[in-house]
Amino acid sequence: MTMMTGAEIVIRCLQEEKVEYVFGYPGGAVLHIYDALFKQDQIKHILVRHEQAAVHAADGLARSSYKVGVALVTSGPGATNAVTGIATAYMDSVPLVVISGQVPNAYIGQDAFQECDTVGITRPCVKHNFLVNDVHQLAVTIKKAFYIANSGRPGPVVVDIPKDVTAAKCKFEYPETIQMRSYNPVIKGHLGQIKKAVHMLLEAKRPMIYTGGGVILSNGADQLTRLTRRLGFPITNTLMGLGAYPGTDRQFLGMPGMHGTVEANLAMQHCDVLLAIGARFDDRVIGNPENFSSLPRKIIHVDIDPSSISKRVKVDVPIVGNVPDVLDEMLRLLEAGNASPDSGVLAAWWQEIEEWRAKQCMKYRMKKSIIMPQYVMERLYEVTGGKAIVTSDVGQHQMWAAQYYKFDEPRRWLNSGGLGTMGVGLPYAMGAALQHPEMAIACVTGEGSIQMCIQELSTAKQFRLPIKIINLNNRYLGMVRQWQEMFYGSRYAESYMDSLPDFVKLAEAYGHVGMRIDKPEDVEPALRKAFIDHKDDLVFMDFITDQKANVFPMVAAGKGLADMILTEDL
Amino acid sequence: MRHIISILLENEAGALSRVAGLFSARAYNIETLTVAPTEDTSLSRLTIVTSGTDAVIEQITKQLNKLIDVIKVVDLSEAAHIERELMLIKVRATGKDREELKRLADIFRGHIIDVTESTYVVELTASGAKLDSFIQAIDAGLILETVRTGVCGIGRGERILKV
Repeated sequence: MTMMTGAEIVIRCLQEEKVEYVFGYPGGAVLHIYDALFKQDQIKHILVRHEQAAVHAADGLARSSYKVGVALVTSGPGATNAVTGIATAYMDSVPLVVISGQVPNAYIGQDAFQECDTVGITRPCVKHNFLVNDVHQLAVTIKKAFYIANSGRPGPVVVDIPKDVTAAKCKFEYPETIQMRSYNPVIKGHLGQIKKAVHMLLEAKRPMIYTGGGVILSNGADQLTRLTRRLGFPITNTLMGLGAYPGTDRQFLGMPGMHGTVEANLAMQHCDVLLAIGARFDDRVIGNPENFSSLPRKIIHVDIDPSSISKRVKVDVPIVGNVPDVLDEMLRLLEAGNASPDSGVLAAWWQEIEEWRAKQCMKYRMKKSIIMPQYVMERLYEVTGGKAIVTSDVGQHQMWAAQYYKFDEPRRWLNSGGLGTMGVGLPYAMGAALQHPEMAIACVTGEGSIQMCIQELSTAKQFRLPIKIINLNNRYLGMVRQWQEMFYGSRYAESYMDSLPDFVKLAEAYGHVGMRIDKPEDVEPALRKAFIDHKDDLVFMDFITDQKANVFPMVAAGKGLADMILTEDL
Repeated sequence: MRHIISILLENEAGALSRVAGLFSARAYNIETLTVAPTEDTSLSRLTIVTSGTDAVIEQITKQLNKLIDVIKVVDLSEAAHIERELMLIKVRATGKDREELKRLADIFRGHIIDVTESTYVVELTASGAKLDSFIQAIDAGLILETVRTGVCGIGRGERILKV
């Protein structure tokens, strides 16, 4: 066995983990690692323009695939810049391994140049983190990092490596498997509980299925679709769960929550049995938990993380386990018992739901001279045939994309649901574009969000990433403006975006194609031109949209789910 | 409700701050916290006294179990258990107070472990509540310094917390 340096071990471990892309930014503490990276060609390094984007891009790659995203940053500011990306991935349970350089062991605690307590700073926003003091522990620690990141409820893991450890030498041995006495995620659900759940579902008069990001993370979309069709129940997917069940299917009621559909929210509210899968009853989904709990309904909750169960809402049948495993068991029980719900009872419930659906809560008024943002989303869906990977930033545009683009498959919709991080859209699109060179990648953003990571237009040029940026430019921080209009007497404190750049020129300055679209009739031709004529280019489409458009329906913060503000209310 | 939560965790750098950080991040309260290695030096035993509704305590144990370094968690106060805390208390012991403090220490089965012309240090091991009563039994003006270890506890009989 040959001796290897710590830096070579790091790279070798990443190769063993079949890592294709590492997103990063070099600096003093990681120079040895970059040197080892230079001497091989199996792993491709994507040089970002800011470490935040390195983590977001790795996150985007992970969200769009079944892989662990990997980022590499230097000590001090490299690590602190990465924190937003790490916290974003943590809130949405995305598997990442973030390798950070650290000052040499002997300098730790001396306030050395570019020193910070990376393990301390990231501790509350990682699934786990390590400081590797000894080169002999390096390979096994990286193995553990990948194992922890991608098992159980996934999440980001930080591995902080002092510079002297990357220079020190030892024999390389990569463990095949990892056993940890303190970490053993439950996979199979409790059979008795699953039987109880199935019985409850078959007896339900007004059943509802509500699923979140957990179904996508666990690759349980196929099982979910089969179970939902087998039962014939209505289903809603949260913002994080869109695509787990086909968005164009009749049984799909749209997204629930603050900007959910009338039919999804009322069905959530008035069902008698709620099957929650890989979801966490977030405040943006169920509104006021007291109001939600005040209605009599039985809740079955399937989740791999026991701490997600009965956290905000009391659950009647908790099932801890991996979503596809639990759903497979449910399907097996249904088949074995040849059991189906009472179709007559179900028909009455569907009739009620169809009355809610008939309200067409997502309708909006077109205007002759100004582009409605919802219209851009509808056209985007048409032009891409619903087949694009859509990333978004955070705000009104995010909600419109989620509402008007129908996702038929999982891992096609990438956004920061938990932390709500503006600036993720472009780096997510970079990660997705590298992972899926054959697919159309649309980044739906706003003029506020895009400027939070705009420097990545340079990275996109360097690596020829043909992302299509759909900038819904209303010259306002739209969601802030909407809340100010509704709850702060239209006092638009600091929500107007002044001195905006000429985005067309900006895109061109970076070597991309820029377009400015300000007439409704030009929307579709522009999208076609971008996605077809400029298939291989990054195109920045600056859509000048209606400044007063708001996202509806809306459940105000702290209100019950049935308390929706609809377009016509205003 | 007051609960005593006992935790077995990997005896690794930073493991304690993961537990302490969890409590502050999720706004759980810590009344006392005590930690030391066990007979197996790769393991630490940590005891936390906290309070909260049943739902909060359930979340605390679930969140603790989620920490990678945590091996086992048990709510000692759920069943028969023994709790002890050690206190060292320095008191002003002059004149007639000297005799009175000696008597009081005896009543509470404490020991005087340091004596000067004007001070005593009393060592007392008992439940937290009993330590509180001792403090209350002494004239507050005489207390110079108190130091307490925080509660440690163990289940009675065959109730064992082990890997």
